[in-house]
Amino acid sequence: MANDVLVYIEFKDGKPTKAGLQALGAGANLAKSLGGSAIALVAGNGLDAEAATLGAYGAAKTLLASGDAFAQYSPDAVAKLISNQAQATSAVAVLASATSAGKDFLPRAAAISKAGLASDIVDLRAEGGKPVAVRPVYAGKARVSVQASGTLFASLRPNVFPTPAQGGGNTPVTPVTVAFGLADLRALVSEIVAGAAGKLDVAEAEIVCSGGRGMKDPATDGKQNWANLEKLAQTVGAAVGASRAVVDAGWRPHAEQVGQTGKTVSPKLYIACGISGAIQHLAGMSGSKVIVAINKDPQAPIFKIADYGIVGDVAEVIPALTDAFAHALR
Amino acid sequence: MNIIVCVRRAPKTDARIKAGPDGKNYDPAGVEYDISEYDKFAIEAGLLLKEKLGGKVTAISVGPKDVSRDLRNVIAMGADAATLLVSDAAHDPWATASALAAKIKALGFDIVFCGQTSVDSQSAQTAPILAELLGVPCATVATGLEVADNKATVQREIDGGKREKYVLKLPAVISCQKGLNKPRSASMKGIMNAKKAVIEEIPANAPANLVNVLKMDMPPPRPAGKIVGEGPDAAKKLVELLRNEAKVI
Ligand SMILES: Cc1cc2nc3c(=O)[nH]c(=O)nc-3n(C[C@H](O)[C@H](O)[C@H](O)COP(=O)(O)OP(=O)(O)OC[C@H]3O[C@@H](n4cnc5c(N)ncnc54)[C@H](O)[C@@H]3O)c2cc1C
Ligand SMILES: Nc1ncnc2c1ncn2[C@@H]1O[C@H](COP(=O)(O)O)[C@@H](O)[C@H]1O
Repeated sequence: MANDVLVYIEFKDGKPTKAGLQALGAGANLAKSLGGSAIALVAGNGLDAEAATLGAYGAAKTLLASGDAFAQYSPDAVAKLISNQAQATSAVAVLASATSAGKDFLPRAAAISKAGLASDIVDLRAEGGKPVAVRPVYAGKARVSVQASGTLFASLRPNVFPTPAQGGGNTPVTPVTVAFGLADLRALVSEIVAGAAGKLDVAEAEIVCSGGRGMKDPATDGKQNWANLEKLAQTVGAAVGASRAVVDAGWRPHAEQVGQTGKTVSPKLYIACGISGAIQHLAGMSGSKVIVAINKDPQAPIFKIADYGIVGDVAEVIPALTDAFAHALR
Repeated sequence: MNIIVCVRRAPKTDARIKAGPDGKNYDPAGVEYDISEYDKFAIEAGLLLKEKLGGKVTAISVGPKDVSRDLRNVIAMGADAATLLVSDAAHDPWATASALAAKIKALGFDIVFCGQTSVDSQSAQTAPILAELLGVPCATVATGLEVADNKATVQREIDGGKREKYVLKLPAVISCQKGLNKPRSASMKGIMNAKKAVIEEIPANAPANLVNVLKMDMPPPRPAGKIVGEGPDAAKKLVELLRNEAKVI
């Protein structure tokens, strides 16, 4: 139906991702205000039972693509699938999560469909019977509300839309067939190079503890500070982030950089340690729900946007904070 | 090797941005510009590849007339030629990629480098759309690249600190991420070359946008925060506030 919303949901280890469920929830809300329903789209093998559970999160039905083309992840396969199903369902909007995979396959899908894509959106609503998406631009200094001339494709920023509560029953799962196989795809993952095991990604974590130049060089006088920060992160289940100054100095890997030229994060809690709060850093984290800053300089700009601040030396404050969290979370 | 580098000019990252009189685009008054940060990695990738395998690096941009100055800088860094597809319009990624694709097809190409995202529009779409329009494989957010035997082996970051490896048959489009290389500055010889270089300027042949801006506004300002205290003694109070007031733990 022309008022239905198609939502592609990523699975990880056989389960829908949290970001995927958030997209589904947002899609169900949009569909409701447009008088249509949310259709979940899943790709992978052996997911039949789990795919049915998406009904509990707002899907009216689930389309499941499996087989040779999805035995191994390929952005091209997912893009073709989404584009095919966008057409088959005549959806008014096509959604996916703005994860590293989503940012990779959704532009391809939109291009195949010759449809407009709004990337990394933070709000989605219906206006005059058409979907409108809101997305940050200029590193979050401004936002634009956009509409598409035809179907609106949109990738939803993780952790911005609420994770829908579980309720209701299973959906019927309809298998969809695709007219392509592995051999027709242009790009296939040839290998996954593991990072440090069990490492949380800054862009997905619910809590991020970031360190800046005030943490000092981990090879010399900052060694203990960074060990303390890792311990804090472990205690609260956070990912470690970093300012660009720290990444450029080679103190931390660039995958951890938060900011305009790093990752955009919107965790429920962001703890900035020894970070001054340059505009390019704020660009990446000012969407966090609650911001805490620890800095020895009471005039540091980070305190202007922090909800809570502690003026002090990271060497002393971080361990004290870790103890206080450990005590509170016990 | 016929190497193409797509370069976008964007407001500097510390520019003050406010909505202009039309309420849809930013007000350009007082805004200074630079080449979008990630495009510097794309330019460097192109230059390194040319140094290794030989060939020609052509920089292409869609933008207003004065972007030719930025393209001249790319020549100063070592590019051989540059084309400006002149347009004053605010194109969406589809329209931009369409204009780029038409010119790139005409030039012929083995590899096209883009930035992984522009720092202003932050769409991260142009490279994959370009690849679809050119009918060639694409890898985005590359942090590692090797080109040999008409194949590009690309590493890209995925969530959780892991990296995926792709092997793409050339021609291909690759979008570049920080960490791929260390962008160089212009050399003396490059600056001399750039002075004499002729930047090709032709009107951009772009279709209508598929995404239309209804309005631009500013995010709501964050409410003023508070200093909980000084030194390690404030830690306990902070955790209490996070639990009972902010309710985040
Ligand atoms: C094009 C461009 C893009 C950029 N992109 C990014 C980006 O994506 N992310 C990013 O972060 N930056 C980015 N930057 C850089 C940015 O402008 C700043 O230079 C950078 O964020 C500063 O990092 P910092 O806060 O760690 O260091 P500094 O600015 O040096 O601040 C260090 C802070 O630590 C405090 N301090 C020192 N010692 C202690 C102590 N013992 N205890 C407690 N506090 C202490 C100091 O008071 C100071 O406030 C970009 C810049 C440009 C030009
Ligand atoms: N106007 C433009 N001219 C040339 N290349 C562009 C233009 N806009 C975007 N690009 C390229 O596409 C990349 C991603 O841009 P975007 O899709 O806007 O995030 C940029 O880093 C450039 O390499």
